[in-house]
Amino acid sequence: MDTLIAQLQRQFRDYTISLYQQGFLDDQFTELKKLQDECSPDFVAEVVTLFFEDCEKLISNMARALDQTGNVDFKLVGSTVHQLKGSSSSVGAKKVKGLCVTLKDCCDSQNFEGCVRCLQQVDIEYKTLRAKLQDLFNLEQQIVQAGGRIPQVDI
Amino acid sequence: MEVCNCIEPQWPADELLMKYQYISDFFIAIAYFSIPLELIYFVKKSAVFPYRWVLVQFGAFIVLCGATHLINLWTFTTHSRTVALVMTTAKGLTAAVSCATALMLVHIIPDLLSVKTRELFLKNKAAELDREMGLIRTQEETGRHVRMLTHEIRSTLDRHTILKTTLVELGRTLALEECALWMPTRTGLELQLSYTLRQQHPVEYTVPIQLPVINQVFGTSRAVKISPNSPVARLRPVTGKYMLGEVVAVRVPLLHLSNFQINNWPELSTKRYALMVLMLPSDSARQWHVHELELVEVVADQVAVALSHAAILEESMRARDLLMEQNVALDLARREAETAIRARNDFLAVMNHEMRTPMHAIIALSSLLQETELTPEQRLMVETILKSSNLLATLMNDVLDLSRLEDGSLQLELGTFNLHTLFREILSLIKPIAVVKKLPITLNLAPDLPEFVVGDEKRLMQIILNIVGNAVKFSKQGSISVAALVTKSDTRAADFFVVPTGSHFYLRVKVKDSGAGINPQDIPKLFTKFAQTQSLATRSSGGSGLGLAISKRFVNLMEGNIWIESDGLGKGCTAIFDVKLGISEGSNESKQSGIPKVPAIPRHANFSGLKVLVMDENGVSRMVTKGLLVHLGCEVTTVSSNEECLRVVSQEHKVVFMDVCMPGVENYQIAIRIHEKFTKQRHQRPLLVALTGNTDKSTKEKCMSFGLDGVLLKPVSLDNMRDVLSDLLERRVLYEGM
Repeated sequence: MDTLIAQLQRQFRDYTISLYQQGFLDDQFTELKKLQDECSPDFVAEVVTLFFEDCEKLISNMARALDQTGNVDFKLVGSTVHQLKGSSSSVGAKKVKGLCVTLKDCCDSQNFEGCVRCLQQVDIEYKTLRAKLQDLFNLEQQIVQAGGRIPQVDI
Repeated sequence: MEVCNCIEPQWPADELLMKYQYISDFFIAIAYFSIPLELIYFVKKSAVFPYRWVLVQFGAFIVLCGATHLINLWTFTTHSRTVALVMTTAKGLTAAVSCATALMLVHIIPDLLSVKTRELFLKNKAAELDREMGLIRTQEETGRHVRMLTHEIRSTLDRHTILKTTLVELGRTLALEECALWMPTRTGLELQLSYTLRQQHPVEYTVPIQLPVINQVFGTSRAVKISPNSPVARLRPVTGKYMLGEVVAVRVPLLHLSNFQINNWPELSTKRYALMVLMLPSDSARQWHVHELELVEVVADQVAVALSHAAILEESMRARDLLMEQNVALDLARREAETAIRARNDFLAVMNHEMRTPMHAIIALSSLLQETELTPEQRLMVETILKSSNLLATLMNDVLDLSRLEDGSLQLELGTFNLHTLFREILSLIKPIAVVKKLPITLNLAPDLPEFVVGDEKRLMQIILNIVGNAVKFSKQGSISVAALVTKSDTRAADFFVVPTGSHFYLRVKVKDSGAGINPQDIPKLFTKFAQTQSLATRSSGGSGLGLAISKRFVNLMEGNIWIESDGLGKGCTAIFDVKLGISEGSNESKQSGIPKVPAIPRHANFSGLKVLVMDENGVSRMVTKGLLVHLGCEVTTVSSNEECLRVVSQEHKVVFMDVCMPGVENYQIAIRIHEKFTKQRHQRPLLVALTGNTDKSTKEKCMSFGLDGVLLKPVSLDNMRDVLSDLLERRVLYEGM
């Protein structure tokens, strides 16, 4: 019979692997995990929180810029999405980064429809990722509370 | 009768005589008149006559004479006084002119005569010049012949061709009847006829070398005329009535030198000469001319040179053939040796395995047996078995090691280890035995001895154990001291020069014991295999005698040296060895010992405290980069704009990481401004590294042109950052981090 801890650990492992397999996360996220040690135990959590805040801010900026019908400042949108791309690649948010690239292309070609569509997707995507990572962190908390150790997941 | 004023001739006119006189005078006049005409005509034709005015004078004289004679025609008969007057005038004038001409001729005729002599002189001179030119032409032709001959002779390096060509060409040039070459025989006592021009198969004809004529020829370097009847010149049977042509002989030095200095022929003590004999055709009455003799001498010299070259070439060809043979033989020997070594290695490997397996079985089972319940007798027996089999196992290992060391197939296994710990371990291994023998051991580690070193830990331990073990083994009483220190360059062995290089040092270990000591004569033998000093006391202590030999080999592999000093029997001895070890930077590569790490101390001591500055506009990536660097132990300051960066950067910061992702050139300007700031302040500027998302060449080039020291691709992994930082700090530049 599995102990609770073992169960939780297995759940954690499976979930993490699935996130990678589904393309939500990539190697950079693994790197981030490496940086978490005794000195900075909540490093990953802090970084992703900051990332999501950034996402929110940047996306609303872009939405506002695109709302100026007839007078859309594509350059502004382009530079904003560049920032978002940078952030997402720093945390390893793979899908978000991919969408940023598409959005950037739309901006460069001044494709208004494309931009709007892409931005919507980015919004959906980051929110999904946020939810998933939240679940992951909850699992971690549960394991720690149960007295277990967070397993090292090798992708 | 009128008085006639006429002149009467003296004699009465005799009719016939008168007539003749008349005619003669007439002809004389004509001749006299025609001479100047002829003179004028011919002088006008020739341009060179120098005495024109003489001619005029002469002409006048002649004309007047003619006139006189002409007028005479009228005086044969009665003539008037006028005619007589004219006649007188003419005569008078003629007299004057002729005297003048006569006087003048006195001056002129010697001149004319000297012209003649000059002409004769010039003719002689011309003849002489002709002769000389003929001579020069002959000489020039001789020279041409010599050149051609030399060319022919020197165009080949084959001895026979050289000589044959010489004879042929000489024969042709000088139109000789016969030309022969006599070479000295091996013994040097005779001259043998080696080559002739006309005769196809010369008879084996020798003459003794001591003939006076030969000595005469050999005594001088000139060509010498010899008698056609001398033995060297009598090549064909004498046919009696023919008068033999003149014969010339010249010596040809046989030298073995290839460097000649003209006019400075080296005088050799043993001179060997060949003799060249040249015969003019008989009955030709030709004589040997000087230039022909010179030709012959020159040719002889050239032949000498060519022959020596040919001889040298022959020798070198022979030497080369010899070398090739030796090469082949050596190759064969090498291959045989290799085969032998391989066979031995195979044998050893097999035997080793075959021997070790049962050995292990014996040792293992004996140890197990020891654990069981045994009677004291049985225990003793088992212990003996165990001890013997251990010894045997050690012996096998040693032999295998040694054979591997000998053919160089042993390689050191380098790794980082703790030197201090090593010594302590060794000491603890030896202590039990030492305690039993009541020999106190002291360990003395120098304070500057590095703690973490790079080297072959196992083999080093083997060496030290061997030496310390020997010290213990051969000491009955007293004490043993082990000292380890870092050595400088004045070591004992004169041919071993110790130079501590940057990351290496030489460890010296001295093991001093107060045991039996060693006879200084035996010291060289110590390191040879299987040899042991013969004293009974040592016999009983066992050992195969291989230990020191193996240790020496290991020490040599570690680029070191080992030797033993002893003051004599009974006075103990000191074993000293130096080995080269590398200094390890830190302990991060050391094997994880069981000691748990104290938390909150950064794991990577390399970068601890390294002050860096991170400039990134993007908050998230700023945080990630900072986390990365903090994890590596750096002290990180973050800024989010160029201006802030410029304000904050100081000489304390060793590295500045700047994000240059944003399109545009403004980011790079910051690099230039940092350069400026630090040049002004004259502090060492921090290293500048760009973090960028694209890897193309233009980015790299741009970075380099703006004075950045490195470029990194975002996102940076932990290992990557670690490598990059260490590379950067070591080399102060990095352009491979892509």
